[in-house]
Amino acid sequence: MQNRPDAFFNLQSEVMKAVDHKTEAQPAALSNEEVQRYSRHLILPEVGMEGQLKLKAAKVLCIGAGGLGSPLAMYLAAAGVGTLGLVDFDVVDFTNLQRQILHSTSDVGRKKLDSAAETLAGINPQVEVRKFETRLTSANALDIFRQFDIVADGTDNFPTRYLVNDACVLTGKPNVYGSIFRFEGQASVFAAKDGPCYRCLYPEPPPPGLVPSCAEGGVLGILPGLVGVIQATETVKLILGAPREQSLIGRLLLVDAMGMKFRELKLKKNPQCPACGAHPTIRELIDYQEFCGVRAEEAPMTQMPAIEVEELKRRLDAGEDVLVLDVREPHEYQICNLAGHLIPLGDLPKRVHELDSSREIVAHCRSGKRSAEAVEFLRAAGFRKVWNLTGGILAWADRIDPKMPKY
Amino acid sequence: MRIHIPASLRQYADKKETVEVAGSTAGEALANLSSQYPALRRHLYNEDGKLRAFVNFYLNDEDIRYLQQENTPVKEGDSLSIVPSIAGGVPLQIGD
Repeated sequence: MQNRPDAFFNLQSEVMKAVDHKTEAQPAALSNEEVQRYSRHLILPEVGMEGQLKLKAAKVLCIGAGGLGSPLAMYLAAAGVGTLGLVDFDVVDFTNLQRQILHSTSDVGRKKLDSAAETLAGINPQVEVRKFETRLTSANALDIFRQFDIVADGTDNFPTRYLVNDACVLTGKPNVYGSIFRFEGQASVFAAKDGPCYRCLYPEPPPPGLVPSCAEGGVLGILPGLVGVIQATETVKLILGAPREQSLIGRLLLVDAMGMKFRELKLKKNPQCPACGAHPTIRELIDYQEFCGVRAEEAPMTQMPAIEVEELKRRLDAGEDVLVLDVREPHEYQICNLAGHLIPLGDLPKRVHELDSSREIVAHCRSGKRSAEAVEFLRAAGFRKVWNLTGGILAWADRIDPKMPKY
Repeated sequence: MRIHIPASLRQYADKKETVEVAGSTAGEALANLSSQYPALRRHLYNEDGKLRAFVNFYLNDEDIRYLQQENTPVKEGDSLSIVPSIAGGVPLQIGD
């Protein structure tokens, strides 16, 4: 907004603000350049001049400048949302580029916030981008949320998801929700006035052990595009004041990109909801890491019988009898492998007879999590000489064989 | 009746998208499903044999929590959807 050439309108809007407090947050008019830019909105009766001015006055906070945040922020900027806040502390890496279209190949290594702000300014220099280079925490969420009208949740983990929900409920900001897994997505609008919140839908998070691990991970790169654009659409409709029945408030939209099916389920506000119910027990933000059991899980992992990649390399080079057990999926084996014996973690119970318990076994996966489960399983099954390769094949690629591809 | 299996649980159900099961209530249908696919059980039920709080079950488009929970009657032609919470943007955050 600062760079607008037509100082007259800037001035005029400043004067209007000073004169009329009702329009304090609402610029009085669009410049000729803006009229041209938003002309396809202005001739749409459902937006029109009034709607475009609402968009311009609106302040939307995007949590995360990643897969969901990319299409979300880009379309909101293009649509003329006046102020866009971005919360992210990450750096662009090559694996992001398959879906995070805010960032380009030349941005690898840069802060996502810087790369995102540049892309958004390229789309629409009139948008004010506010960067919050931080992890969203219980200590800072309320202060950040209060500066905005709507929060769009593009986070990637359960602790932050519950934090965003509770902070939205506490500050009274609608939460435009999107979530993805492999080729399926969910979208809804939570914490709107009298509407259900995320805790009405899911009162508690899954224990970490039951969260699908990297074995089943991965995501179709286009899917966050689909879901993020749905979030952008809902955000714009909230700003325009679309009738409630037209919004996703009280509905959970399920997107299946593989079957290209959209289904919707009814969501009800839970009168007993601890966050938004009649007698809420959550009156302030809590420790969401603890709530989601993230910390609790780390402790037993450190007692896992483990071996470092350098030690494995030394023993293999010395010709020692060590069976390398790869518990990843066949499609991961194709990307890179240590010539190990492949038994995907999920198949281990029925294929355990393939392993000789008298031999020394080093189990590995991509990063060490699944193989830890495998080691636990094998130890419980009576195997005594089983070790987990710390850091998995990623550590091998980092420290032993730099030519090995990382994924 | 037909049960919709979400992508995150399909690996425990022979990669099937939908499974036809018998049963006169939602609880019976889910019990039949987990005896057909025992690996699914721990994802649907907790240690006390109760349906898990982070997995929702919808008879057609209604949450069974607001019907008669596991005793919700079901009939031929109904569909029951299993809808677990999913984390979002980057799937490796906690799982990996």
